[in-house]
Amino acid sequence: MTANTQQELRKLSKVTSGQQVELVRVESGQAMQSRLAAMGLVPGTCFKVIRNDSRGPCVIGLKGTRLVLGRGMAERIEVR
Amino acid sequence: MAKTIRAVLAGNPNSGKTTIFNNLTGARHHVANYPGVTVSTEQGEFVVGDAKFVITDLPGTYSLTAYSPEELIARNFIIREKPDVVINVVDATNLERNLYLTTQLMELGVPLVLVFNMSDMAHQHGAGIDIARLSALLRVPVVETVGHKRRGMEDLCRAALDVAEGRREGGGVPLHYGHDIDPAIAAITAEIEADANLVLEVSARWMAIKLLENDPRVRERITQPAILEMAARHRAHLAQLLGDQPETVIAGRRYGFISGACQESLLPSSIEARHIQSDKIDTVLTHRFWGLPIFLALMYVVFAVTFNVGNYFVGWLESLFGWLGGTLSGFWPEGSGSLLESLLVDGIIGGVGGVVSFLPNILLLFMAIAFLEDSGYMSRAAFIMDHLMHRIGLHGQSFIPMLIGFGCSVPAILATRTLDNRRDRITTIMIIPLMSCGARLTVYALIIPAFFPVRWQGPVLWLIYFTGIVVAVGAAWVLRRTLLRGETVPMVLELPPYRMPTLRGVAVHTWERSWEYVKKAGTVILSISIVLWAMTAFPRRPEADGTYAREIAAAHGSYEQGVRELAGRLALPEDTDLAALLEKPPRDESGIADPHLAHFFSLLRQKRAIERRFAPHHHREGELHSDPACLQKELMLTHLRSADPAAYRLVAHYDDKVFAPREQILQQIERKRHADGLAYSMIGRIGRALDPVWKPMGFDWRIGTALIGAFAAKEVFVAQMGIIFAVGGDEDSADALRRQLRATYPPLVGLCILLFTLISSPCLATVAATRKETGSWGWALFQMAWLTALAYAVTAAVFQIGSLAGWGV
Repeated sequence: MTANTQQELRKLSKVTSGQQVELVRVESGQAMQSRLAAMGLVPGTCFKVIRNDSRGPCVIGLKGTRLVLGRGMAERIEVR
Repeated sequence: MAKTIRAVLAGNPNSGKTTIFNNLTGARHHVANYPGVTVSTEQGEFVVGDAKFVITDLPGTYSLTAYSPEELIARNFIIREKPDVVINVVDATNLERNLYLTTQLMELGVPLVLVFNMSDMAHQHGAGIDIARLSALLRVPVVETVGHKRRGMEDLCRAALDVAEGRREGGGVPLHYGHDIDPAIAAITAEIEADANLVLEVSARWMAIKLLENDPRVRERITQPAILEMAARHRAHLAQLLGDQPETVIAGRRYGFISGACQESLLPSSIEARHIQSDKIDTVLTHRFWGLPIFLALMYVVFAVTFNVGNYFVGWLESLFGWLGGTLSGFWPEGSGSLLESLLVDGIIGGVGGVVSFLPNILLLFMAIAFLEDSGYMSRAAFIMDHLMHRIGLHGQSFIPMLIGFGCSVPAILATRTLDNRRDRITTIMIIPLMSCGARLTVYALIIPAFFPVRWQGPVLWLIYFTGIVVAVGAAWVLRRTLLRGETVPMVLELPPYRMPTLRGVAVHTWERSWEYVKKAGTVILSISIVLWAMTAFPRRPEADGTYAREIAAAHGSYEQGVRELAGRLALPEDTDLAALLEKPPRDESGIADPHLAHFFSLLRQKRAIERRFAPHHHREGELHSDPACLQKELMLTHLRSADPAAYRLVAHYDDKVFAPREQILQQIERKRHADGLAYSMIGRIGRALDPVWKPMGFDWRIGTALIGAFAAKEVFVAQMGIIFAVGGDEDSADALRRQLRATYPPLVGLCILLFTLISSPCLATVAATRKETGSWGWALFQMAWLTALAYAVTAAVFQIGSLAGWGV
């Protein structure tokens, strides 16, 4: 981790649209984690926040797909 | 010809290798058999510029191990013949698996040209690969071809010539197998190279890899025990370290390299570009404020198309079943009272036909939903609704099945399979029946015009649908806080890029769902129709014709009186049998000698023809006054009258005042006979026995029995009311039934029928679907019981309060 990429951890729900972030961890049970992993969301994955309004689900773009994450989910994903 | 270039074609089976071979060589090729094996390869020639290619088509293989004869032939051919260029044909639609062979060719270090065949299909599938980037990553020239369209052949020849003559690099990038395996390969390679006695046809590194993979043929080639021992030692060490056989791990590493290279060269301008385009569309379609109104407007269009367009076809199907019933009835003499006739016509065609007639609406609704689904909009609808759905403890994904529920609950319940959380799924299934389905619409279509003036009909219909939604929201809220407590599982949903749905895709999806509906008609509704028919037909009332005989005689008497008066007014000769002529009016009047009489029958025939022609328009009551067909009918009759008013008055008097009343009275008696029989039947007795149950809701036994029937399928209510009020088989039976209903019940009862139909237990097919999808009878019975209880409570409350307040009583 160089100083350059070192950024504060924050919840995905707080990231504004258009930013590129890296997934650090997901606070959830095994089932949810494996479901996210199957869709390509594992720690270390970089993705772009396509859309995040103050309410409703947010949309992220990774590996050529668009994923909708419910608000509740976005609260539990930590990124930097 | 200056030089000869020796080339080979390698590739997976079904990669289109042979097509490329035929394209390149035309007819100039022959089968070459190699000594010792029976597998044959083909050879051919072609010319590029001043070079002559001799090309060998190797057997199609997935890899280059020593475990199958084809693979060994291909491998040995390349090792021994040392071709100037190896053309590796790859199925571009299945890139990752096809490139496995490519990695093995790269290990061999042969000059390679990669051919991405079927590239047009790959582009269609949206597999956008940056060819230049992949080519650079692999350090192999890549050309795109479409074998069966002969596209890309020139590029292929040019690239092959360049590689063969060393103008372009084709050796490929050296593969790395990881920091655990690479040192072992290096060690064994060094050992092989150190042995001066070995004369190698292939690189020492390749031999080392094969030894680590335990390749039997390579082990035979190595005669020095020291090298074999060393390889065995490394194998054992790696197996322990990696927890798997080295050959398995090496294969995995090759795949890892491939997927890495493919990921790296995924084209942003294809999938990503389509996503970027989709994002732009989404800024409008899923807009924070406009998303919901746009969605509601789209749904309005879907429902409008479903009902407006669908009803044309529904009319056709109804006529078809009507004709079928009429034709079948024709096999029995009129009034024979045959049980089989009654079973076929009233029970089966009446029951199943009534449901199948609805198929056009269902097909159109499912077609529209399939179109929206395939276009990618449906996942956006889930996205839009997510926020609202969260308030009732569900998320956006539950919304799609609920939407389908407006068509039919059965496919809607099947559609909940997309929800991965069981609690969410059961909650959704429990509330789906409150989404007022298409079958209920038949009930509304009967009841609403019967009791409400035209300007109230739309709002009442809307109110009923809205009530269903409100009750569903409340029910979900309660369920999530009681029986199905637990946190909402967050939504993860893929948003596919928008695309134009294909005809085939839409057709397949529409069919899958509609088939469930047809199956329901063919199984559940068929059996229930037969049971209900039996309950309506038995026990049969002992014939007591004396009751009706007097009324029948009276009807005939006043008719004959009318005919006598007519005969007097027409001033006919004595011998004319007017009664017989009127019973069977002639097709044309040429056989009638008396000109007055001929004129009379001519007018009668024309009047009846006009009325018959416009008969189908008669039962659309609500549209009567605005219907241009009705105006046209009036116009034609006026025209007929104006030619000879006096004669027309006579005709009209006979037809409307003498003939029609007799027909009506006879029909009424028939209906009464039917209704008395029904009251005597099992269903009539049950209905009467349950009278205290219906009373609080304002229903009598007749509505009660129809509601029992509606449990089988909601449409049955209409059929059953028709049977009870004995208006069946009438041309404008719906109108006749509405008149009867209006005369019998106050509007408040009409509203109560609507409410009870909406909320009460879903039909049997839905209960069966719930049983199947939840895997328990418990949930199915619970759904039945609590919805019925709720319907009872709501309807009784509305009726009691309404009666006290004096609304519409």
